[in-house]
Amino acid sequence: MAVARNDLLKAYRVMRTIREFEERVHIEFATGEIEGFVHLYAGEEACAVGVMLHLTKADRIASTHRGHGHCIAKGVDVAGMMAEIYGRATGVCRGKGGSMHIADLDVGMMGANGIVGGGPPLICGAALAAQVQGTRHVGVAFIGDGASNQGTTFESMNLATVWNLPAIFVAENNGYAEATSADYAIGAGSLADRARGFGMPATTVDGHDFFAVHQAAGEAIGRARAGDGPSFIECQVNRYYGHYEGDAQTYRPPGEAEAARANHDCLEMFAGRVSHSAGIEQGELDGIDREVAALIDAAVSSAKADPAPAAADYLTDVYIDY
Amino acid sequence: MARTLTILQAINEALDQEMERDSTVILMGEDIVGGSGAEGEMDAWGGPLGVTKGLYAKYGNRLLDTPITESAFIGAAVGAAASGLRPVAELMFSDFVGVCFDQIYNQAAKFRYMFGGQAETPVVVRTMYGAGLRAAAQHSQSPYSIFTHVPGLKCVMPVTPYDAKGLLIQAIRDNDPVIFFEHKGLYEVEGEVPEQSYSIPFGEANVVREGDDVSIISLGLMVHRSLAAAETLAGEGIQCEVVDLRTTSPLDEDTVLESAENTGRVVVVDEAPPRCSVATDISALVAQHAFDALQAPITLVTAPHTPVPFAGVLEDQYMPDAAQIAAAVRRVAGYTQ
Repeated sequence: MAVARNDLLKAYRVMRTIREFEERVHIEFATGEIEGFVHLYAGEEACAVGVMLHLTKADRIASTHRGHGHCIAKGVDVAGMMAEIYGRATGVCRGKGGSMHIADLDVGMMGANGIVGGGPPLICGAALAAQVQGTRHVGVAFIGDGASNQGTTFESMNLATVWNLPAIFVAENNGYAEATSADYAIGAGSLADRARGFGMPATTVDGHDFFAVHQAAGEAIGRARAGDGPSFIECQVNRYYGHYEGDAQTYRPPGEAEAARANHDCLEMFAGRVSHSAGIEQGELDGIDREVAALIDAAVSSAKADPAPAAADYLTDVYIDY
Repeated sequence: MARTLTILQAINEALDQEMERDSTVILMGEDIVGGSGAEGEMDAWGGPLGVTKGLYAKYGNRLLDTPITESAFIGAAVGAAASGLRPVAELMFSDFVGVCFDQIYNQAAKFRYMFGGQAETPVVVRTMYGAGLRAAAQHSQSPYSIFTHVPGLKCVMPVTPYDAKGLLIQAIRDNDPVIFFEHKGLYEVEGEVPEQSYSIPFGEANVVREGDDVSIISLGLMVHRSLAAAETLAGEGIQCEVVDLRTTSPLDEDTVLESAENTGRVVVVDEAPPRCSVATDISALVAQHAFDALQAPITLVTAPHTPVPFAGVLEDQYMPDAAQIAAAVRRVAGYTQ
């Protein structure tokens, strides 16, 4: 699947934005200014961007607790996200959601989710709405290797097949569900085999390889838009940080995360490939890097300066009609 | 023009009129059509008790039979509601919420708040509840207090055909998630129902019998038994005011408190077990806000703190009956400090 030069540059910019966002949140979290639970997506950027490059705002995704990358790739405002993580009134959820519940329905982002396996049933619903209304839009459920074992995921894959829904299940297998390895916890040789058991096409790709994800996602989303039902994609990937910020990661072998950074960096792999195939030189990518760094800098500065929510807001928005 | 309908017919008519009016209203659930994929008749069941029977002929694939996977289809209803439809999902028995509660209480109930006011989730979950049909421990519970406890959900339990139609139409048009409880022992109750569409606002309890001696605050099937007790007691000179809560969330606190202040003697009747229940909630409300008016201890008539038993001799004791309610009222009416 050929990717236009503009799309390549866009893909790189979004992947870099996610990386820079997460690296910066990691640093800022350590200062104690960010409260609560934060789960970083660094290392997995090619998964989100490879899928999202095929989607429009009208397509819908459901994300996970590790959702920052999905949000950025789907087009959620970066400054609004950072403000949300800081618990500010200017956050995309006005400070009521935090890192684990960032959502922006206007761009088709149905929410990061604090419940492992919470998203797949919702995406069946989004896909059903598209099917009933004849829009040709699709729904994409991002899950991790942890959620791949949840009953909600199994039920949703079955329902998607039964109703022939325009739904895509993207499993980002980063090797660990919290502190338990996928090798231990997944009672099947292959997630893709398991998905095939639910009657849908399934494939396994290197989740660090933007082009592999993009190709697989393009085929799956194309099938869904054509009315040919659901698909499953397993992206095998590494996470550079722990399950959450503060995780000592003693369950990982020494050097594993460092080796992943050295040998499986989606940005470096991407840069190497496009310099050969598309004639995009490092200098052009460096320019993007500088712009992204400034963008994230500005997001952090504004988030720090932004006001907290009004105290009385803790009582609002429980219902629409009171 | 009003006709006599059963609650079952009133619910069917509400669904029919709303589906006719609004093409975004869809129904889904286990066997709500019945016969999908089989070689016999479609609409073979129309729901386990026939509540949705006949709608398939008019609305076709806007009724979706589901696999027996409550997490997936209740969640799909929630996701579809957040994506522009107004789904009415049927959770066959409310006891089954154990296998799909996350999608109701962590997802549907919280979207609006957690996303800072941007989400609308106009989903209705219709579900059967209640004992009395010898259906035993996993098909007979009255778990409305579990849902009432959750901010973001609205909880509705009609006891007449008129209320069933009006409250269900309101539920479908409401922009928040609504759990609509249908007592399986009330489906055949008859009453006058206007043919035209109408809605009944949530949060307005119904004073179904007026009286100045004792307030009976009740909900669901227990409203009927409370009325029966009140009739008996009237013959003894005790005039009961019977309040049907109609919705436990939002809760009409004013009507409860006005009645309590009027009579000064309160009996709360609830089919569910007593711990952390609607009965204890009403009791706390009255104790907190009408304490000075009370002339007797608030008295609860509830099921015991046990699962629902099977055998008739056991289940009949489990459910509060009119005699128990009347006995409680007599104690309260005769109480002197």
